Amino acid sequence: MLNKEINDTIAAIATPPGEGGIGIIRVSGKNSINIVDKIFVAGDKRALSERHSHRAIYGKIYDLHDKKVIDEVICLLMREPHSYTKENIVEVQCHGGMVVLRNILANLLENGVRLAEPGEFTKRAFLNGRIDLAQAQAVMDIIRAKTEASLKMASGHLSGYFSSQINQMRELLLDVIVHYEAVIDFPEEGVDEIDNIQVMEKIGEVRSKIGNMLASANTGRILRDGIVTAIVGKPNVGKSSLLNLLLRDERAIVTDVPGTTRDSIEEYADIDGIPLRIIDTAGIRQTEDRIEKIGVDKSLTYIKKAGLILALFDASRKLDTDDQKIMALLKNKNAVIVLNKSDLPQAFDENCMKINCPDSKIIHMSTVEQDGLTELIQIIKKMVYNDNIVSNEGEFVNDVRQADALKKADSHLSDALKGLDNDIPEDLVVIDLRSAWEKLGDITGDTVNEDIINEIFSRFCIGK
Amino acid sequence: MFIAGSYDIVVIGAGHAGVEAGLAAARIGCKTLLATLNLDNIALMPCNPSVGGPAKGHLVREVDALGGQMGINADKTCIQYRMLNTSKGPAVQALRAQADKKVYQLLMKQTCENQENLDVKQLLIEKILTQDNAVTGVQVETGEVYTCHCIVLASGTYLRGRVIIGEKTYEGGPVGQRAAMELSKSLKKNGVKLMRFKTGTPARVDKRTLDFSKMQIQNGDDETHNFSFMSDISTREQVPCWLTYTNEKTHKILRDNIDRAPMANGIIEGVGPRYCPSIETKIIRFPDKDKHQLFIEPEGVHTNEMYVQGMSTSMPIDVQFEFLKTISGLENVEIMRPGYAIEYDCLDPLQLQPSLEHKNINGFFSAGQSNGTSGYEEAAAQGLIAGINAAMKIKGRPPLILKRSEAYIGVLIDDLVTKGTEEPYRMMTSRAEYRLILRQDNADMRLTEKGRQVGLVDDERYAVYTKKRDKINEISKLLKAKKINPSGEINKVLQENGLDEIHTSLTLYDLLKRKNVDYGRLQNIFNLPVVNIAVKKQVEINAVYEGYINKQQEQIERMEKLENKKIPADIDYKQIDNLRDEAREKLLQIRPVSLGQAGRISGVSPADISILLIYLEQRTRRSE
Repeated sequence: MLNKEINDTIAAIATPPGEGGIGIIRVSGKNSINIVDKIFVAGDKRALSERHSHRAIYGKIYDLHDKKVIDEVICLLMREPHSYTKENIVEVQCHGGMVVLRNILANLLENGVRLAEPGEFTKRAFLNGRIDLAQAQAVMDIIRAKTEASLKMASGHLSGYFSSQINQMRELLLDVIVHYEAVIDFPEEGVDEIDNIQVMEKIGEVRSKIGNMLASANTGRILRDGIVTAIVGKPNVGKSSLLNLLLRDERAIVTDVPGTTRDSIEEYADIDGIPLRIIDTAGIRQTEDRIEKIGVDKSLTYIKKAGLILALFDASRKLDTDDQKIMALLKNKNAVIVLNKSDLPQAFDENCMKINCPDSKIIHMSTVEQDGLTELIQIIKKMVYNDNIVSNEGEFVNDVRQADALKKADSHLSDALKGLDNDIPEDLVVIDLRSAWEKLGDITGDTVNEDIINEIFSRFCIGK
Repeated sequence: MFIAGSYDIVVIGAGHAGVEAGLAAARIGCKTLLATLNLDNIALMPCNPSVGGPAKGHLVREVDALGGQMGINADKTCIQYRMLNTSKGPAVQALRAQADKKVYQLLMKQTCENQENLDVKQLLIEKILTQDNAVTGVQVETGEVYTCHCIVLASGTYLRGRVIIGEKTYEGGPVGQRAAMELSKSLKKNGVKLMRFKTGTPARVDKRTLDFSKMQIQNGDDETHNFSFMSDISTREQVPCWLTYTNEKTHKILRDNIDRAPMANGIIEGVGPRYCPSIETKIIRFPDKDKHQLFIEPEGVHTNEMYVQGMSTSMPIDVQFEFLKTISGLENVEIMRPGYAIEYDCLDPLQLQPSLEHKNINGFFSAGQSNGTSGYEEAAAQGLIAGINAAMKIKGRPPLILKRSEAYIGVLIDDLVTKGTEEPYRMMTSRAEYRLILRQDNADMRLTEKGRQVGLVDDERYAVYTKKRDKINEISKLLKAKKINPSGEINKVLQENGLDEIHTSLTLYDLLKRKNVDYGRLQNIFNLPVVNIAVKKQVEINAVYEGYINKQQEQIERMEKLENKKIPADIDYKQIDNLRDEAREKLLQIRPVSLGQAGRISGVSPADISILLIYLEQRTRRSE
């Protein structure tokens, strides 16, 4: 953490989150041009490194792994010292949506770019003499403010589940590290020898945990940002159809994300740049298929978790007691009431609904005819941008950081395994294990070397 | 006021820190006084009769590479050598030797007494004298004054020392010596902040009353080792140590009497080291262990005293008698000296600069146990640096500050002055983040040049070093230049010599990286020059571990960027509004010399470092 360089290559999303025709990723540093070249192919195939400064170049960004096009972009090339930071800068302009931006950023990070710290572009601009003295104070204010905000966000954002997973992995690694270190530093004091096979198993265990976490966070689709969205309603009101409608939308990106609790499944829908995390989609589908009775209790738990509720009612039927119970749950919530089956004659008492849920928007929809979807999207967007439901840069940045740290930890662990396989002395293997342990600590903010030394003394009876 | 003499530098204490400080300062050419409260106890080893071990052996090699004395004198007097961790990588292999305590002391006394520019005197210093926050001299208990410009405090466990054996306590230093009871007051009066630490030692027992047939013998290595790069001792008489164990009976006696342990009954206030727990502490903290190992080690060849390593204790004498007799081979044991604990004052090392000079008292240096460390080697390392830097100050030259990436000594001192310590600090290889670079085998390559620059490395040592360095470079270059192709002829030769075939053309340097290949074989096959073992080893290690070494080098380069950003001494942290309060407080207290050091202070975040960086840039531009 502390060894962050002052002149390596950094990147960040430069446009604010939310609605926008384009999104910009700014990459600054000595190697920025070469690094963007690794994932960018210009229309005329000429590399950025061969071009003059201050040009806008059209081309495509390709994903490192599946080699598919992520987006069509325009790259703005600014060579040092004629840029904001006085370093080589490439600005990648793409098509707005957060998913695309994140995906491109993730690809850059894998190529050796580091995620910019809060205020870091401005800091560099100052250190490189681009900004005058009078502005220095402002730079420090930015760093201070942004750091505090993002720290707050980071600590609020790390769910208990997530950090407990990380801590479990660190605990496993610490066990191994401490044992190795004790053997190395106290060779004559009867510390039990280490079984390298067991160590390899433990490392394997940690790696598969990391793999699982990455699978859910990977390829630019980020694990834990977006609005937690619940679709609630009685059986057979069309929850599943609405879900499919949201997911089938051509702008939507659909993935399977094992949720924060193991029993529920999330899907991720990108609605005009607004990420929706729809919870318990399995539950929704299941209840529809089997026509099970969905308990009001279950609706209650979804509603508690969710930042946005899509409450479905069958407009072709009269209000019943279950409907009323669900209505009661919507008070003081960000809810959109969707009166489905607008293609059938309305039997539903809309006024009763208005009285009971004065704060909720009501729309008419037909999931069969696919009517009303545009209106729904408009309402959601309005709620997000005007009412600030959730979603901000800090949360997102956190996720990219986490994914990045997880990947690096995994690569250190893979080196450690290789070392053990090749009978490399344990003190060298420990170098990789410690790096992995520190990387994981970067996520939770606990990386203190002294821990290892404390643990040596608390776990082994050492002393002459 | 009677002025008894005038010196550039006065060293208080002639233990392992004091002798290195005195010798280094004198050798660099400063008129130096080495003051000890007992001339017969120069370089006393009041605890275990051994030198070296992981990280500690590294320190001895580093002290030696810089031109210190410990390694040379250990080689001449030690009575058993073992290379530890031989199954592990080169970075953590470490030399440990059994010392003949009295012979070591005598030799060190002789070395000091015959050193040009160095006067050795028996004096109990009671006061340090200062004027305008700068050292002017020291005052002896009998009233006389020695004037000086620099002081190196190396007072070991003697500052307000208090010995504890069971319920009995008395003022004093180790092994029946006097303590320096008044000096603490004078230090406090000069604004020095003191802490109270504790350490302990086991009983010494009579060799004639032990039954070695019930113990396992532990001999030294057959191969002869030396600490010093200058030693060429090739044969040495070695004396064995003996291994035995405590058992359930021993533990029961200790448990039954635990309420009489000074640490339990509140007699001991000082903080003891966790890595050197007394046997009573071990039994409380690790109740599930059914036995603890003990080494019975000779204190020297001219004495029957044997050291019971692993059995440090401050239990009352009757308990010591009782539990020792339960140990296999010690059934009829006679105790010659009991184990005891000792409490002493030491400085909070956060008051020191990386040069080991006090931040507020010009010319006042401190080294060794008085800085809160433990161990002869840790003491020697700091003594050497304090001595060098006192001399540099006298000569008006910049201090020698070793980086964490250059030496264990650098790690040791940086830890002390940046993080402080809450218990007697012991060096461990796991404290060094660039362990692979800081090997014991390359200490000369890392440090001898620096020792030469400060004027401590003499011509003879420098010639040995340059010859070795040039040879290593020559051979490495040769190996990198010579390419072999996978021809039938070459592969035949390789196979005849028991090596695997090659499939692509590669250099001999690459070939050396393979398993089972060493320089000796390549030398036979390809007619390479004959070189000595030390050179061969360096070339081999550099080749075999190249990947890992490069990885660490990259880490070092990244760190150095912040390390090289110096913080001016007159920086006013109160002026920097954006620092968090906690960070500002820590920075004010520690006053780091570089952004790198600032970043290692707990409570200073990366954002604080960014803010400092900008503030410093702002300052530079303003002054332009």
